[in-house]
Amino acid sequence: MTAIGRRHFLGYVLAAPTLLTAAELGPVAGPGLPSPEITDLLDLNDLMTAAALPTANLISVEVDGDGTVSFALPRAEVGQGITTSTAMLIAEELAVPLERVRVTLADARPELVFNQLTGGSNTTIATYTPIRVAAAVARLRLLEAAAAELGSAVADLTLKAGVISGPGGDGIDIGALAGKAASARTRRVAVELTARESFTVIGRPHNRIDALDAVTGRKKFAMDLDVPDAKPTMVCRPPTINGEVGSVANLAEVRAMPGVTDVVVISTGVAVRAATFGQCVDAVRALRVSWRPGTAEGKSDESVLRELRAAELPLGIRPPTPVVEGAFTFYFRSNSALEPNCAIADVRTGRAEIWSAMKSPIVAQQAIAAKLGLPPGRVTVHVTEGGGSFGRKLFFDAALEAAEVSQRVGKPVKLMWHRADDSRQGRTHPMAISRVRVSYVGDTVLSYKQRHTSVSTDLGHGLGEIITAMAARLPVGDIGFSQTFFQLSQTMPYEFGISSRLLSETDKGFNTGSMRNVYSPDVTCARELIVDQLAARMGKDPRRFRHDFLRDDRSRAVLAKVAEAGEWGRPMPEGTAQGIAFHSEYKAVSAALVEIDCRPETVDRPIRDGVTGPRVTKAVFAVDVGLAVNPRGLEAQMMGGVMDGIALALTSSLHLRDGHFLEASWDNYFYTRQWNTPPDLRIIVMPSTSDRPGGAGELGVAASMAAVACAYGRATGTMPSSFPINHGTLSFTPKPTIPPIPPSPADGLDRARRTKET
Amino acid sequence: MPEHTFRVNGEQVTVDVAGDVRLLWVLRDILGITGPKYGCGIDVCKACTSHLNGEAVNPCAIPVRDLRPADEVTTIEGLAATAGGDLHPMQQAWLDHDVAQCGYCQPGQIMAAVALVRRVAAEGRAITDADLDGLRNICRCGTYARIREAIRAGAENMT
Repeated sequence: MTAIGRRHFLGYVLAAPTLLTAAELGPVAGPGLPSPEITDLLDLNDLMTAAALPTANLISVEVDGDGTVSFALPRAEVGQGITTSTAMLIAEELAVPLERVRVTLADARPELVFNQLTGGSNTTIATYTPIRVAAAVARLRLLEAAAAELGSAVADLTLKAGVISGPGGDGIDIGALAGKAASARTRRVAVELTARESFTVIGRPHNRIDALDAVTGRKKFAMDLDVPDAKPTMVCRPPTINGEVGSVANLAEVRAMPGVTDVVVISTGVAVRAATFGQCVDAVRALRVSWRPGTAEGKSDESVLRELRAAELPLGIRPPTPVVEGAFTFYFRSNSALEPNCAIADVRTGRAEIWSAMKSPIVAQQAIAAKLGLPPGRVTVHVTEGGGSFGRKLFFDAALEAAEVSQRVGKPVKLMWHRADDSRQGRTHPMAISRVRVSYVGDTVLSYKQRHTSVSTDLGHGLGEIITAMAARLPVGDIGFSQTFFQLSQTMPYEFGISSRLLSETDKGFNTGSMRNVYSPDVTCARELIVDQLAARMGKDPRRFRHDFLRDDRSRAVLAKVAEAGEWGRPMPEGTAQGIAFHSEYKAVSAALVEIDCRPETVDRPIRDGVTGPRVTKAVFAVDVGLAVNPRGLEAQMMGGVMDGIALALTSSLHLRDGHFLEASWDNYFYTRQWNTPPDLRIIVMPSTSDRPGGAGELGVAASMAAVACAYGRATGTMPSSFPINHGTLSFTPKPTIPPIPPSPADGLDRARRTKET
Repeated sequence: MPEHTFRVNGEQVTVDVAGDVRLLWVLRDILGITGPKYGCGIDVCKACTSHLNGEAVNPCAIPVRDLRPADEVTTIEGLAATAGGDLHPMQQAWLDHDVAQCGYCQPGQIMAAVALVRRVAAEGRAITDADLDGLRNICRCGTYARIREAIRAGAENMT
């Protein structure tokens, strides 16, 4: 259809009073040559891009009379910088200053079907061409309108910085042309996209378009919105995972507490609506509820480990050749963002309106409508800016809950989970084990087998629907969602002979979800540790070994880059070491080199209520995403990925005891803090190797986690096999589960006087 | 209900609310000042960090009855005015280093940074790595490295 050569596409001018243009996509490239790697044929991003094809033509760009350009992005911005990179694409093709481009987040648009899911680091991959085509149609229409105004030929006009100039030097701002360039009927238009060599915006570092709002406190998140009468609401939750309300002994008493307007039993607990969240906290704590069992009653880390071992697929008969084997355990981790689960709901008779940061708003709209007994068309779902996601906002647990409460009390609600709720009842990255066996002879690796066994990952947020719809086209046979996702997201970057990686899942009793980079951090960490073992067996340096076995030059280039920039192989004191690792995914390649300090004086350095442990003192990360749209944003995503990787390897996990997680605070769940941050961090964005962008939001995690694990093994002389490495030590006193949330402290003034924090 | 009078961002305010309601909720739910964010409610994550008479405090842990009429609360919204411009030098440093990702924690980070720089300056010394390690504000996006760079740069321009 629309691709007429590499840079020629067809777009649309839509019937509208001002200039409104839209685009559809060119056909997806066909599969490459047959190969043992499924991901060579088609990876997760191809699948998602293909799934988005039939409706991408509904992406439209509007030029307004004030000279601004507006675009409602059908994706969620949760910190990954896609509003900025999207504005850059439009600024490039329309030749307008970036400041004139207004990117907002689209409400749920069910007609987009699969094209409104933010996940799999797919946004830029899927939208790179259609957004530019729509902008290019707008540029062409503006030039045509200017030609009529100025009595010149289009070829004699130039569009620069939002102004169209003719041969005589007279200029017209595009705002003055927006009405004239509009069309009374929808028409198809052929356009040529800007050549990569001529880019002036794409590929150059730009600061975020929302940075000023962020640093002044003006950026609005869901809980900052002023929806009339939407009063603070919290839920008293069960002491064990997914427990249910039996009875409430003191409803009337709590309803009479200061500020409280409503107390109702809902499907997930007892909801309290009050004038302030502080009064919600007090009321939740005052409720006396008898609870029924949950879905993980009595379970613990140890019992889940037994379940996982029982569900593990066999590695088969051990070959007669030498082998390297390893078995690794990865405990539950929380994908909780700093903004907790939250949503505003205003449910009235026959209609509902919802505000929340949601990465799958169409599925949310359908699920909320079903819960309320309304037709989906009567539920308006607004996507707000999100305070982080890390996979958490693929689901809409708070929006569903807010809708239920609002319907029950007949009033608008502003519902927020307490941090303790978010940590204990929120979704987790499932606990998993991974077993690897590599057989080799001399300098040749004959086979690589990995059996990954995990507590079930809930993919029921829309990605599942995409996979269901597309799975029949894949050369992987009849395997379920998770298995398909696993096969599509995992690659074997090394020449390791016959390779097989299989996923087995068990136990659907936990609230799980895709955490940033999903299976890859664990799978890659296990693989890279085994690679170090294999290198040692062959008497090779870890970097040299990887270099020799990586499959292509692009991969070797990032490895060489971190080795050079990070001074791989430099002498290190006893108890410290370097580690190096590689990961490819999302049409991108990455390598990490870290240095770790495991000496007692570092491990035992004092930090109040924090886990210190080994410190990553240096991290160098090289990334090649093909075409980097915004190198500064890409660098930011890699920095975040490195911080996640450090946390996953060393400090952050949930401890499951007796059917509940012990963690209820950021001083229980040890995500990377300033005292864990590498003082020396360097991100290297490789020169673009492609005309097409790859994915970035999740890419940095896997290689970082693996490099930290490898460095730890080399510093201590023992390969770690259980993650995070501090999981065996409980570094805090667990908070009670009844009441489910801690009291609000009252010593803020006293604590502030103890200024020096240690 | 009792009335509580104090100053917020240069203006005297009086609120009619129970005295044990924490300042964070008075700011957010009653006064509509939403720059200070909720991240834990127990003085751990520091997302609500604001200033009381120029020093860093966490409003989630301060009952509103503890405030006196002359007490000056400064939130991120009022920070620039304390430096007499559209942006405080620390906010400018945050922009220059493109620190924010999702941005949720950044008001608290900036308020904590300004307080740290003031404290270190009062001690007559420069910021050290140990000072930066001591910042407890969580950033789940992992912007820590850019925060450290921005604090050092912002400190240069604070007087």
